Amino acid sequence: MNIQRLLAMAYKETLQVWRDPRSLAVALLMPLMQMGLLGYGVSLDIKHVPLCVYDQENSQASRSVVDAFTASSWFTISRTIGSEAGIRSAMNHGECAAAIVIPVDFSRTLAATGSAPVQAIFDATDVNTTNIAMGYVQGVVAQINATTDARWDASHGVQPSLVGQVDLEPSVWFNETLESRNFIIPGVVAVILALVGAQLTSLTISREWERGTMEQLISTPVTPLEVMFGKLIPYFAIGLLDAAFCLAVAAFWFRVPFRGSIGILFVTTALFDLVVLGIGYLISVRIRNQLGASQVALLLTMLPTTLLSGYTFPIDQMPAPIRALTLIVYSRYYVTILRAIFLKGSGLADLWTPVLGLVAYAAIIIWLAARAFRKHL
Amino acid sequence: MITESNESAVAVRGLTKDFGPVRAVRNVDLAVARGEIFGLVGPDGAGKTTIMRMLAAVLRPDAGEIVVDGVDVVAEAERAKLHLSYMPQRFGLYEDLTIAENIFFYGALFGVPRGERIARSQELLEAAGLLPFRRRLAGQLSGGMKQKLGLICALIHTPRVLLLDEPTTGVDPVSRRDFWAILYNLRESGVTIVLSTAYMDEAERCSRLALLHGGQIRRCDTPQHLKEAMPGALLAIAATHPRDVRDAVSGRPGVLGALLMGDRVHVRVDDAERRIPELRAAIADQGIADAVIAPAEPGIEDVFVALLGEETPHEP
Ligand SMILES: Nc1ncnc2c1ncn2[C@@H]1O[C@H](COP(=O)(O)OP(=O)(O)O)[C@@H](O)[C@H]1O
Ligand SMILES: [Mg+2]
Repeated sequence: MNIQRLLAMAYKETLQVWRDPRSLAVALLMPLMQMGLLGYGVSLDIKHVPLCVYDQENSQASRSVVDAFTASSWFTISRTIGSEAGIRSAMNHGECAAAIVIPVDFSRTLAATGSAPVQAIFDATDVNTTNIAMGYVQGVVAQINATTDARWDASHGVQPSLVGQVDLEPSVWFNETLESRNFIIPGVVAVILALVGAQLTSLTISREWERGTMEQLISTPVTPLEVMFGKLIPYFAIGLLDAAFCLAVAAFWFRVPFRGSIGILFVTTALFDLVVLGIGYLISVRIRNQLGASQVALLLTMLPTTLLSGYTFPIDQMPAPIRALTLIVYSRYYVTILRAIFLKGSGLADLWTPVLGLVAYAAIIIWLAARAFRKHL
Repeated sequence: MITESNESAVAVRGLTKDFGPVRAVRNVDLAVARGEIFGLVGPDGAGKTTIMRMLAAVLRPDAGEIVVDGVDVVAEAERAKLHLSYMPQRFGLYEDLTIAENIFFYGALFGVPRGERIARSQELLEAAGLLPFRRRLAGQLSGGMKQKLGLICALIHTPRVLLLDEPTTGVDPVSRRDFWAILYNLRESGVTIVLSTAYMDEAERCSRLALLHGGQIRRCDTPQHLKEAMPGALLAIAATHPRDVRDAVSGRPGVLGALLMGDRVHVRVDDAERRIPELRAAIADQGIADAVIAPAEPGIEDVFVALLGEETPHEP
C-alpha cells in the first residue's frame, strides 16, 4: 500500500463528503435527530421470563411458592441458586431476568404471624422486561394468596401446605430508577453508527459508477486496498465522532449512569464502526447505483440493528429461531456490550464473548471488502 | 508473438471482445509508431470505445494481445497503467472537486512527488489557459475546459502513450483548435497519441487512421493515401433542398454513392467528364433549378462511404 495514494484517496473522499449536503446531513443531523427522538420505551407482551430461585428454607411451604411460579406460563425457572452472589452472576451472564429469594424462616414466620415475605429481584438493565416481570410476580403472588385463603376456608382445621399471606418485597438491580431511557439510550449509539456508517459508505463506490468517474479512477495504478482504506478513513472518523457525540449526550444530557471503562467502549465502538463501514462498502461495490445501494444498506444494517439487536426488543423474549438468528446480527454484540458497560460497569472478563464476536465479524467483513473491488469494467 | 513491440508504442494483434451476442471488436491488428497521432475513426457503435478501454487496461479482451510501450497490457495491466494515460469518452473527473484538486489527486495516484506535481500542474494549466480557473469546481466548467482539464490530469505523470476517446466531442471549435495545439506540442515531445473520433474533419489531422466499422478495421493508412485510393471522382452538388438532389441522383448509372453533407450532396461517380451533364439533366427533370455541380476534394467521410458502399456513417 502506497501512503501517498492512500492519503490522496482519503483527502478526496473527505472533500466530497464535505461538499455533498446529503452526506453531511446524514453524518451530522442524523445523530441529533435520533438522540432527540428518544425517551420512549416500547412495551411488549412478554412470556417465559427466565427466573432464578434461591430457596433458603426448602420447606414444603417454600416449595409450594416455587411451584406456583413453575406452573405459571409467565416464568420459566432457569436455575435454582444457593447464594445471593449466585444471583448477581446469573444476571450478569443473562441467565435470568428476575430472581425470587425465599427467606430461611419463611414457614416459621408464616405460621407465627399469618404472613411472610418473599423477595423478588429484577435485572433492570432491560426495563421493559422488568416492568412486565414485576407485574407477573405480583400476579403469581396474588394467585398464591387467593388459593391458600380458599383452601384455608374449605379445609377447616386440616393444615394445608401454605397458610397465610405472602408479602412481596421487590428489589431492582442495575438500573435502580427503572428508567427505560437508561436501557434504550446506550443501544441508540449502535443504531446511529449503523445508519451513518453504512449509509455513507454504501454511496462511496456506487457514486463513482453513477457519475462516470470510476473508469478514470481504475485507469490509474491505484490498488483496490488503497481505494478501500482511503475511502473508509474519513467515514471511520465520522463514525467515531458521531459515536462520541451520542455517548456524551447519553451520559451528560440523559444522565444514563456510566459505570464501565472508556477504553473498552472506544475499542468496541471502533470495531463496530469497522463492521458497518465494511458492510456499506461491500454493498457499494456490488450495487452500481447510489439509490439501490443505500436502500440495501438500510435493509442490512438498520433493520437488524433496530429489530434483532436487543436494542428495544429483548432477545431472550424472542422465539427460539429468531433468537438463533440474532447470533449473526453483529449489532447484538455491540448493544450487549454498550448496555453492560454503561449500566453494569462490566469489564472484559464479563464481555469477552460479544467482544470476540465483534472482532471476528470485523475481520471477516474487511477481508471480504478488500477482495470485492475489481479494477475493471 | 508481437515482433514490432520494440519499435511500436502500441501493438495489437487479434484483439476481440464480445458483449453477449454482440461482437464489439473482431480480430483487430494495429501497430502505432512512437510519436504518431493515430486516429481510430468510425461511426457510433463501431467499437472505438471498446478498443480504447482494452488498450487502457480497464476492460479485459476476450482474445488477442496488446503491448503498450513494451508492456504486455493483458498480463501486466497495473504496470502498463504507469506508462499510459486514458481519457474516457464520458468526462471522468470529479465535478465536486476544483481543477487544482482533481490534478493534485490524479498526480498523487500516479505517484508524482508533491513538489513536481505543483510545478507540472502550474505548467500544464498555463499552457491550457486554465490557470485563472484553478479554484473553480470541475462541474462548473464549459465542455472545452473540461476536456482540457481531463488532458491535464492525463498528462500530470508525463505518460509515454496517451489514449483519448472522442476527446473533442461536444467541444466548441475554438477550444477544439486549442486542444489540437496541445496535442501537436505533445507529439513534438515524443508522446504517442491514440485518439478516436467520429468527426471526419478531425480525422484528417491524424498522422495515420484506422477506419473502423462493425468492430473491424477496414482500412489503415495516412489520410492522404486513403483519399487517393478512393475509386472514382467526387462531385459536390449545392442546392437549397439537397435531400431532393440526393434522391434524384441516387441509383443512376455511373453513380457509386451519394452522401448528404450539410447544404450539399457529395456524389461519387465513375467518370466525372461523362456524368456531369447526365446528372445535371436528371436534377433538372426533378424540377430542381438551383443546383450547382462542381468537382470536389474528397474528405475522410467520402472515403468511409466509398468503403462501406451504401452504408453511410452519418445518415440521419
Ligand atoms: N458494456 C457493454 N455492454 C454491452 N454492449 C456493449 C458494451 N459496450 C459496448 N457495447 C456494444 O459494442 C459495440 C461497440 O460499442 P463502442 O465500443 O462503444 O462503440 P463506439 O465507441 O465506436 O461508439 C456497440 O454495438 C455497443 O452497443
Ligand atoms: Mg465511444
